[in-house]
Amino acid sequence: MSTSLNRIATGVHTSLSHESANGHVTGSAIYLDDMPLPSGALHAAVLLSPHAHARIKSIDVTKAEKAPGVIAVVTAQDIPGHNDIGPIGKNEPILAPGLVEYAGQIVAAVAARTLDQARAAVKLIEVEYEVLPAILDLAEAVENKLLVANEIHIERGAVDDTLAAATHRLNGEARCGGQDHFYLEGQIAIAVPGEGIDMQVYSSTQHPTEVQHGVAHLLGVPYSQITCEVRRMGGAFGGKESQATIIAGIAAVLAHHCRKPVKLRLPRDVDMLATGKRHDFLFRYDVGFDGEGRILALDLLLAANGGSVMDLTPPVLSRALCHADNCYYLPVVRLHGMPCKTNTVSNTAFRGFGGPQGMLAIENVIDEIARHLGVGVDEVRRSNFYGVGERDVTPYGQVVHDNIIAEVMAELDAAKNLADWRADIDAFNETSPVIKKGLATMPIKFGISFNKPELNQAGSLIHVYVDGSVHLNHGGTEMGQGLYTKVAQVVAETFQIDLDMVRVTATSTGKVPNTSPTAASSGSDLNGMAALNAATIIKERMTKVAAKHFDVPAKDIVFADNRIHAGNRSISFKELAEMSWQQREQLSAAGYYKTPGISWDFKTNSGTPFYYYAYGAAASEVAVDMLTGETRVLRTEIVHDAGKSLNPAIDLGQIEGAFVQGMGWLTCEELVWDKEGRLRTHGPSTYKIPGSRDVPKVLNVRLLDQPNRKPTIFRSKAIGEPPFMLAISVWLAIRDAISSLSGHRLAARLDAPATNEKVLAAAEDMKARLAGTA
Amino acid sequence: MGFSMSQSEKPGGLNRRSFLTATAMGATLPVIQQARAQQAESAPADPRAPVDVKLRINGRDQSLRLDARTTLLDTLREHVGLTGSKKGCDQGQCGACTVLVDGTRVLSCLTLAVMAQGSEITTIEGLASSDGALHPMQQAFIDHDAFQCGYCTPGQIMSAVACVNEGHAGTNDDIREYMSGNLCRCAAYPNIVAAINQAKNEMRKA
Repeated sequence: MSTSLNRIATGVHTSLSHESANGHVTGSAIYLDDMPLPSGALHAAVLLSPHAHARIKSIDVTKAEKAPGVIAVVTAQDIPGHNDIGPIGKNEPILAPGLVEYAGQIVAAVAARTLDQARAAVKLIEVEYEVLPAILDLAEAVENKLLVANEIHIERGAVDDTLAAATHRLNGEARCGGQDHFYLEGQIAIAVPGEGIDMQVYSSTQHPTEVQHGVAHLLGVPYSQITCEVRRMGGAFGGKESQATIIAGIAAVLAHHCRKPVKLRLPRDVDMLATGKRHDFLFRYDVGFDGEGRILALDLLLAANGGSVMDLTPPVLSRALCHADNCYYLPVVRLHGMPCKTNTVSNTAFRGFGGPQGMLAIENVIDEIARHLGVGVDEVRRSNFYGVGERDVTPYGQVVHDNIIAEVMAELDAAKNLADWRADIDAFNETSPVIKKGLATMPIKFGISFNKPELNQAGSLIHVYVDGSVHLNHGGTEMGQGLYTKVAQVVAETFQIDLDMVRVTATSTGKVPNTSPTAASSGSDLNGMAALNAATIIKERMTKVAAKHFDVPAKDIVFADNRIHAGNRSISFKELAEMSWQQREQLSAAGYYKTPGISWDFKTNSGTPFYYYAYGAAASEVAVDMLTGETRVLRTEIVHDAGKSLNPAIDLGQIEGAFVQGMGWLTCEELVWDKEGRLRTHGPSTYKIPGSRDVPKVLNVRLLDQPNRKPTIFRSKAIGEPPFMLAISVWLAIRDAISSLSGHRLAARLDAPATNEKVLAAAEDMKARLAGTA
Repeated sequence: MGFSMSQSEKPGGLNRRSFLTATAMGATLPVIQQARAQQAESAPADPRAPVDVKLRINGRDQSLRLDARTTLLDTLREHVGLTGSKKGCDQGQCGACTVLVDGTRVLSCLTLAVMAQGSEITTIEGLASSDGALHPMQQAFIDHDAFQCGYCTPGQIMSAVACVNEGHAGTNDDIREYMSGNLCRCAAYPNIVAAINQAKNEMRKA
């Protein structure tokens, strides 16, 4: 019966525009900075430490307090509750408490009638520092075991013995840089005091619950007094997970003192100086392998630069360790993670969350093995891929049950024949002495779920009104990734009503409590399921009403195409909504979901942390000028596994965007600190993110259209982070081009990011090695 | 009150105010003097004294009283209530604040409001026709999903309209080159190029 009825056109598995598309193209979508401020609202500005490590001997705010328009100046001692917003650890202050641990740390804040007055007053704050020696280099922190958290260790088999017995053995060191999020909308919050000790906080945050908790701690009030709301962010990428709480916290403390609404919006330079970034890493490896490049044992150190405080470094490092296998079976392995402490800004969540660094480490090793043996990198990869039903246990003990990497690689080869492509590149290089081309592939396997099991839960709240329109709310946040659109599609699909009947509303701790951050690519997996649950509860109630109305069994009621059918008879969704109200059926429900079957033992660093894996593969062709180090990506082919995509248009955008952002991390984005530990790249003039000209000239993306084997939301797969790591193909292709100088016998000594300077140095290094002078 | 001052500031560095004080020469100073001359009776000695500024924005005349150093971006956002133009970097390097002044794309964060007097200013809010029908470029951005978070989008669209009108949208390479001043951290660039290719044909027809 139902097969003859039309499914709505705006349900799942459909390429629909972003729910705010019209608002975005007309400028009417409201971001925090666009919100009209309540009357009497004040503006805030912050004072940053110029020193990387110093004791604060005194702070004199008297001049600042007397400056025109100033209502309040606050330092650490003015925080009524606890000056600590650590998401995992303790002692992570929002205002430096007598000690500054990085240049750029916020020392004081001012609220004034105008922004200019606030910023002028900040300059009148007098701070006396006693400068202390600073640790700025990650290697120095490794040598001295300076840590922000406990080390993480994963080990399987007799590593030292197997290494000693291996036919081939290589060791070396590599590094990769950090990355600024450079969300176009900088960090911003507006705190509005309410009755008594209530506080409403509007925050550009991926984690409204953490803002709620952070503000409550700072003010010393119960969580129930604080409500955090966010409708949308102008990009976040992980940078507004823990960091947003700093900004919201300062706004709230000022609002508390002034009893007025306070807006704090960091200027771009302050944003880049004061807030955390992607972790730079140092890797040391010792690998034993056979004549085919099959890894027999790997001993790998992954040292993450955590910066000044713990922040999210432990889970970032943990994810790095859990992705240092990428797609490869490591039979005997030692992975050691060091969460290092330096006097630099706290590094934090950033798309991939350690995964990119872990994968870069193993890909570096694979590349070295291939050059050492004089065989193709892809051949070495194939020798090491996880098996199906054998050689399928990860170093952390999870069985890779859904391995489709060989299939994904075959799809990539079908998209463009890799052997022919390689032959074209080699032919080009033979006749081109200065410009050398490189080609590399990059397979990925990315674990989906938060490593910490308790974060894998979500809630939703749905109301059906008597006119048939639907109010949708869930705990996920919208940062441009299309989450609100996808979850609305889930609800439209469930009720079989047009998408424009579903109104997505701002994420608020007052509607859905105790939420997890919108992170780990899990947004639609978790919130989509929670919304499905709520919609299904209401639909079942409405079905009962319809069955009674038509006098048929409930199983004969079909929701399709905005109507509710019983055989040849039907009524509209609106009519049924009104009927349900009349019959006193509740048209509101809270939904809930928790990911089944996942576990993690923090003592042994083992378990089944991931519900499933997302796969993908990319091949990139680059051209490198060996006299200048300039690089261009000429062509990239991508095959990516989004399961049965909820919205192919959104997923394609995520793949392209993640890939290009990954390219930025690995090529043009370089963070430079001076000898005093001051970041010198704190604006778009000095920190280069990819622009329109940096996108590969040819970029073809295909979705591997296969349902997730796990019963995820309509069998889709998470999309936010996994494609980021496909960009490692670009970094490997640049290495391949440099390696071509040696006839691919020597691996390029090239770390990330492969800036023009570093590429040139690596090319010169290669030439010197070939000439026997290095 | 009712006026604010320049909002650009680099910690410990040169801010826009000191820059203007030190070097306010060139093209800007005569404009400011001219603006001040219009209300000679108010205290000319105080550089913060507000001046009368008349702007024509999206076909409507706006009479404002502003600090002469107020940027066009702050004027639009804080004084006229047009918040579509975004403040991404406030230093002329991200393109999120792009508007059209007499059809030419300018960075409104690096333009003083007084400099735009006598010109026709078009912002993202003024691009659609009065009956609400979207400009072909706006529609093309929707059709091609040429955004994700949307924060750079108003600037991208204004820049794209000018790019086409300048004759710089001939090839994909041209578009990439002439749109390179507008950053998109979500990297919706391929879709932006596709959108401009669609809209340029529609705009030609119009």
